[in-house]
Amino acid sequence: MTALAARRRHPLALVLLIALGLLATGAAYSALAPKAASAATTSTQDIAAGKKLFLANCASCHGLNAQGAPADNRGNIAGPSLIGVGAASVDFQVGTGRMPMAEPGPQAPQAVVRFDDKETAQLAAYVASLAPGPQIPTAEEASGEGGDAAKGGEIFRVNCAMCHNYAGAGGALTRGKYAPALDNTSPKHIYEAMATGPQSMPVFNDKNITPENKKDVIAFIEASRELPHAGGSSLGNLGPVPEGLFTWIVGIGALIGCSVWLGSKAA
Amino acid sequence: MSQTQHGSTDGTLAQRPGLPEHAPQIEGTTAAPTLFENPGLPPHVHRLADTDPKAAKRAERQVAALFTLSILGTLVFLVSYFAVDPQTPVYIPLIGRTLLQNFLLGLGMGCGIFFIGIGAVHWAKTLMPDEEVVEERHYLRSTAADRDGAVQALQQGGEESGIGRRPLIKATAAGALGLFGLPFIVALRDLGPLPGDRLSRTMWKAGMRLVSDPEYGPIRAEDVTIGSVFHVMPEGIDKVHDKLEQKAKAAVLLMRLDPADIKSTKQKAWGYQGIVAYSKICTHVGCPVGLYEQQTHHLLCPCHQSTFDVTEDCKVIFGPAHRPLPQLPITVDTEGYLVASSPFHEAVGPSFPERGHR
Amino acid sequence: MSTSLGGRVVGGTASYIDERTGAAKAMRYGLRKVFPDHWSFMLGEIAMYSLVILLLTGTFLTFWFVPSAAETVYTGSYGPLRGVEMSEAYRSTLDISYEIRGGLLLRQIHHWSALLFVASIAVHMFRVFFTGAFRKPREINWVIGLTLALLALIEGFAGYSLPDDLLSGTGLSFARGMILSIPIVGSYVSSFVFGGDYPGEALIPRLFIAHVLLIPALLVGLFVVHIMLVALHKHTQYPGPGRTEQNVVGYPLMPVYTAKAGGFFFIVFGVTVFLSTFAMINPIWAYGPYDPSPVTAGSQPDWYMGWLEGAIRLLPGWLEFQVFGWTFSFNIAIGGLVLPGLVTVAAFMYPFLEAWVTGDKREHHLLDRPRNAPTRTGLGAMAIAFYVLLWSGGGNDLIATHFRTSINDITNFLRIAVIVIPPIVYVVTKRICLGLQRRDRDLVLHGMESGRIVRLPHGEFIEVHEPLSPQDAWQLVQHDAHRPLPLPEGADGNGVRRPGTRAQRIRAKLSHFWFEDRVEPVSPAELAAAHAHGDHHAVTEEHTEMQKQLQTGRH
Repeated sequence: MTALAARRRHPLALVLLIALGLLATGAAYSALAPKAASAATTSTQDIAAGKKLFLANCASCHGLNAQGAPADNRGNIAGPSLIGVGAASVDFQVGTGRMPMAEPGPQAPQAVVRFDDKETAQLAAYVASLAPGPQIPTAEEASGEGGDAAKGGEIFRVNCAMCHNYAGAGGALTRGKYAPALDNTSPKHIYEAMATGPQSMPVFNDKNITPENKKDVIAFIEASRELPHAGGSSLGNLGPVPEGLFTWIVGIGALIGCSVWLGSKAA
Repeated sequence: MSQTQHGSTDGTLAQRPGLPEHAPQIEGTTAAPTLFENPGLPPHVHRLADTDPKAAKRAERQVAALFTLSILGTLVFLVSYFAVDPQTPVYIPLIGRTLLQNFLLGLGMGCGIFFIGIGAVHWAKTLMPDEEVVEERHYLRSTAADRDGAVQALQQGGEESGIGRRPLIKATAAGALGLFGLPFIVALRDLGPLPGDRLSRTMWKAGMRLVSDPEYGPIRAEDVTIGSVFHVMPEGIDKVHDKLEQKAKAAVLLMRLDPADIKSTKQKAWGYQGIVAYSKICTHVGCPVGLYEQQTHHLLCPCHQSTFDVTEDCKVIFGPAHRPLPQLPITVDTEGYLVASSPFHEAVGPSFPERGHR
Repeated sequence: MSTSLGGRVVGGTASYIDERTGAAKAMRYGLRKVFPDHWSFMLGEIAMYSLVILLLTGTFLTFWFVPSAAETVYTGSYGPLRGVEMSEAYRSTLDISYEIRGGLLLRQIHHWSALLFVASIAVHMFRVFFTGAFRKPREINWVIGLTLALLALIEGFAGYSLPDDLLSGTGLSFARGMILSIPIVGSYVSSFVFGGDYPGEALIPRLFIAHVLLIPALLVGLFVVHIMLVALHKHTQYPGPGRTEQNVVGYPLMPVYTAKAGGFFFIVFGVTVFLSTFAMINPIWAYGPYDPSPVTAGSQPDWYMGWLEGAIRLLPGWLEFQVFGWTFSFNIAIGGLVLPGLVTVAAFMYPFLEAWVTGDKREHHLLDRPRNAPTRTGLGAMAIAFYVLLWSGGGNDLIATHFRTSINDITNFLRIAVIVIPPIVYVVTKRICLGLQRRDRDLVLHGMESGRIVRLPHGEFIEVHEPLSPQDAWQLVQHDAHRPLPLPEGADGNGVRRPGTRAQRIRAKLSHFWFEDRVEPVSPAELAAAHAHGDHHAVTEEHTEMQKQLQTGRH
C-alpha cells in the first residue's frame, strides 16, 4: 500500500474533497460567468434590496411608499414624492451625497457619499420601479467626447449660466438656496441633473435640451475645466468682485508698502 | 530764520515772545493759533553709507544688482516672445494651469520695469544726500500794485474797444456769438430716431410659433413638462436684420405649472393647460430674468435680485422691481405646436416715462 | 566744465535750446525745487503713473481693437467659441488675447491699471481730505481732483464695455434701464445715446471715441492743470519742527526726487505688470459674446461702480409710481442719478462749507493731523462707511454664497444698515480723535511713560516719565485750537435788526457742531504749571542725566 492510498481512507478526506470541489466550482463560476449588465437591467432582488435600504434611510422624510411628506404651513416640504422621478434622480442625489440629507436647511448640499455603487443602484432600481421616469444615461450619452463645446457654450449661457455662473462657479438663489459650483461634478451627474431637475433646478428634458445638446453642454463644461487660465490665477472665476478685492488688498497694499519704504530713512 | 535752523533736543518748548498766556481766537474765525515757538529742524542723523565707506560700497553693489535684475527681466521677455509657443500650458503653484508664454512675458517685463524703480529708490535712499533742504514760500496774492495794474489794463482795454459806447455793436456781437454754436447742437438731432412706440412693441404676433433659444426649434405642448423651463424666441428671429434688438424685447420664458397651483384666472386663461409664457426681460432695468426655482415657482433676476412669483401672475415679491412681468398669451396651433395667441398686451422690459400712455 | 565728447554734445544741445527758448532760467529754478518727504504724498503719484500706463497700453490696444458691432463668426484659436457669432469688437478682443503675442498681457495691464487708477485716486482723495489739504489756496485743485475722479469712473465704465462681452453688455443693459428712468425724457435720451433701439450698432463706436479721445483729452488736460497748481502752490507738508507755513522742508528735485519719484513710476508700472502676470482679469472668452438673452450669475460692474450697483439693489420697488399716466421710476433714478449727484455736490462743497464755518481766510500749507480735526475726520469716516455699505450691497449675491446666508436677509439688513451705521461711525470716529488728542496733551504735560519704576527716598513708588524733546513736543502743540463762533446779536443797541443775521446764526450754530466738543492743545501756561508740579522734581534732576545719555542714541 502506498502513502497516498493509506490517506485515502482518512475520516476528513471526504470533507476536503467537497471543499475543493466547491472552491473549484466557485472560482470557475466567477471567472466565467457573464458580468452584470449596466443599470438598465435590474432584478427583483435589486428592487427588494433597494426597498429595504429606502425604508431604513429615506422613508422618514419621503414616506413609507415614497409618496412624500405633506407641506408644512409655510409651504416647505420635508421630502417630496419620489414617484416618477426615475433612476437618474436617485443616482444623482445619492451618488453626490446629497441624499440622505444630513441636516435640514434651505437645500441639500453635496456631501460625503453614504452608499456604494451597488447600494445606489439598488435604491435607483426601487424608485424606478414605482413609476417611469428619467433613466440613468449610458456611458456614451453622458460623456462629452464628440460633443461640440462651442454649441454647448451657447446653450450653457442661455440655460445654465444665470444660476451656475459663466464658468460654472456657482451662484445665489433666494432665501439661502444656491446653484452649486460644477468643478467637482462628474459628466454623468451633470447629465442626470439636467434630466431630472434636482431641488430648485428646472427639468431640462430631452425635448428642451436634446441628448446631443446635453453632450455638447458636457463637452463645454469639460473644456472650461481643462483649458489653462490664460492670464494667470482665475481668482475663483467670480468676476469683478474678487478682482476689486485683489486690487485693493494686493495692489494698493503693495504700492503703499513700497511708498512707506520709499519715504523711510535708510539705515 | 532762527525757526528753521537746527535746534537742540534739550530743554523745553519756548513760548513766542510778546503774546498772552492763553491762545487768543482770531476775530471772525474759529481759529486760535499756538503760542509756542517752533524749535527748528531736528539735528541731522547720518546714515551708514554717509560715514562708512564700506557700507557705501555695499549699497552701490546692491543698486547695481537691482539694475542687473531689471536687465535680466527684459531679456527674459525678449527671449520668451520669440522662443516660446503661445499655446504651451504650464502649472504654477497658487496660480494653477496657465499659459507659459504669457506668464514669462509678464514676469520678464515686470522684473524689467520694477527693478529699475527699486534700484533708483534704493540709490536715492542710501547714497544721495539726505540733508533736508529748506525752500521759502511766497504769498500767492499779488502785490496791490500788480492787482491795480491788472484791473487798470482790463478797464483800459475795455474803454479802447469802445464797446461801452457802441450799444449796437454790443447787441449784435452778443447775438452772433450766442447763436453761432447752435448749429453744432442742432446737428446732434440725428444721433438717433425719436423713440416712437418701438419700446411698446415686440416681434410677437398672433399665430407666431414659440421656438427654443438658441436652437430655434418649435415646441409642442406635451414637451413642456411640469418643472421645465424653456427659453423661447419668436419664430423667424434668426432671419431679421436687427436680431439683437428684437431679442432684447422678445425673449420669453415658458414654464408649466399644475393648474391647481395657479392663483390668477387671467394667468390660467392666457396660458395653455398650465403652460404659461412670461417676458424674460426684467421690469426693473432689463436684465434677463433667467433663474426659475422649480420648487418654489419663483423667478429670480440675477442682477438685482428682483423675485417674481409665477403662481401669482409673476408679481414682484422681493427686490427693487415694481411691476410684474408681462404675460404672453399662448395657445396651440393645428399641429400641436405652441404659438402666441396675441402680442403682449403691455410694454415689456424696464419702465419708461410714457409707458402709461401707449 | 567737461571737455569729453559726451559733455560737449550735451552742453551744445542745451545751449542751442536755451538760445531759442530761454529755458535755463526755468531749469535753474525748477531743478532745485524742494519736495517734502512722506509716503502718503506718493498716493496721488500712483494715480498719475497709472494714467501714463493706461495711455501707453491703451494706445497699443487701439492698434488691434476694432470698435464695430458688425457681426462676424469666430475662427480663431480659442476652441469653445469657434463658429460662434459675435461682434467685431468682441472678436478683435479675443484676437488680442489669443492671437497677438503679448496681447493678453497688455490687455490685462491696461485693465488692472484702470482699477488701480481709480483706487489710488480714492486713497489720494482720503489723504487730502483727512489732512485738510483742500483748504485755501487749494480749493480749485480739490474741485479739479473730484472732476478727475468722476471722469475716471466714466472712462473705466466705457473702457470695459468696449469688448462687448456678456458681462459688460449686461452692464450696458442696466445703464440703458437707468437712462430710461430719467423722468419725462428718458426714452428720448436712450434713443439718442444708442442710436435707436437697444443694443443697436452705434454704441460701441461712440463709446470708443469717448474712451479713446474725448475723456482722455479731458483727463490729461485737467490733470496738467492739477499738477501745475501743485507746482505753483508748492506741495503741502506735515507739521513738525522746522516746518512753518512759510517754508517747504524736504529734498530737491534733482537728484533725490528725480530718483525717488521717477523710480516710483517704475515701481507702480512693475507692480501693475506683476498683477497682470499672476492674476487674470476680465476673461472675456469665458463670458461669451453679448446677447440680450443669456446672463451670468454674479453680474457685477468693476469695483468702482459697485456702490451704485448696491444702491440699485437696495432701493425698494414701491419708489416707482405713476402720475397722470407718466411713470416715475425713483427706485432707479434715486440710485442712478440722485445719489451720485448728491454725493458729488457734497464732496465739491465741503471745502467751501468748512471755510465758511471757520471763517479762516489764511493760506494753509501745513497739514492737519486727522485727530486734530475730529469733526472733519468723523464726517469723512461716515462717508466712507456709507460708501462701503453700498459697495457690499453690490456684491450681496457673492456674500450670500460665500457665507451661506440668504440674499434676502443681506439685502434687508443693508437697507437698514446704510442709514443707521454711518452716524454711529461718525460718533465713534470723533470720540477716538478726541481721545487721541487727550493722549497728546498727556504726553506734552507729563512726558512719556518709560515703564521704569523708581522708589523715592521717602518710600513712594513712581513711574518715571521721560519728558518729550522740544521737537517731539512741538509736533503735539503746533496746531490751531478751534473754538465755536459766538452767536451774533440779533439786533443793534436800538433794537434795529441787523441784516445778514440769519446766515450768521446758521454759521455760528454750525461752528458749534464742528467745534463744541474739543480738546485744545496744551498752552504755555499749562506747561509751566505742569513743570512746577513738585512730585517729579527730584526725579527730574536725576533724570536730566539719563535724558542726555538717551538723546544721543534716540534718533
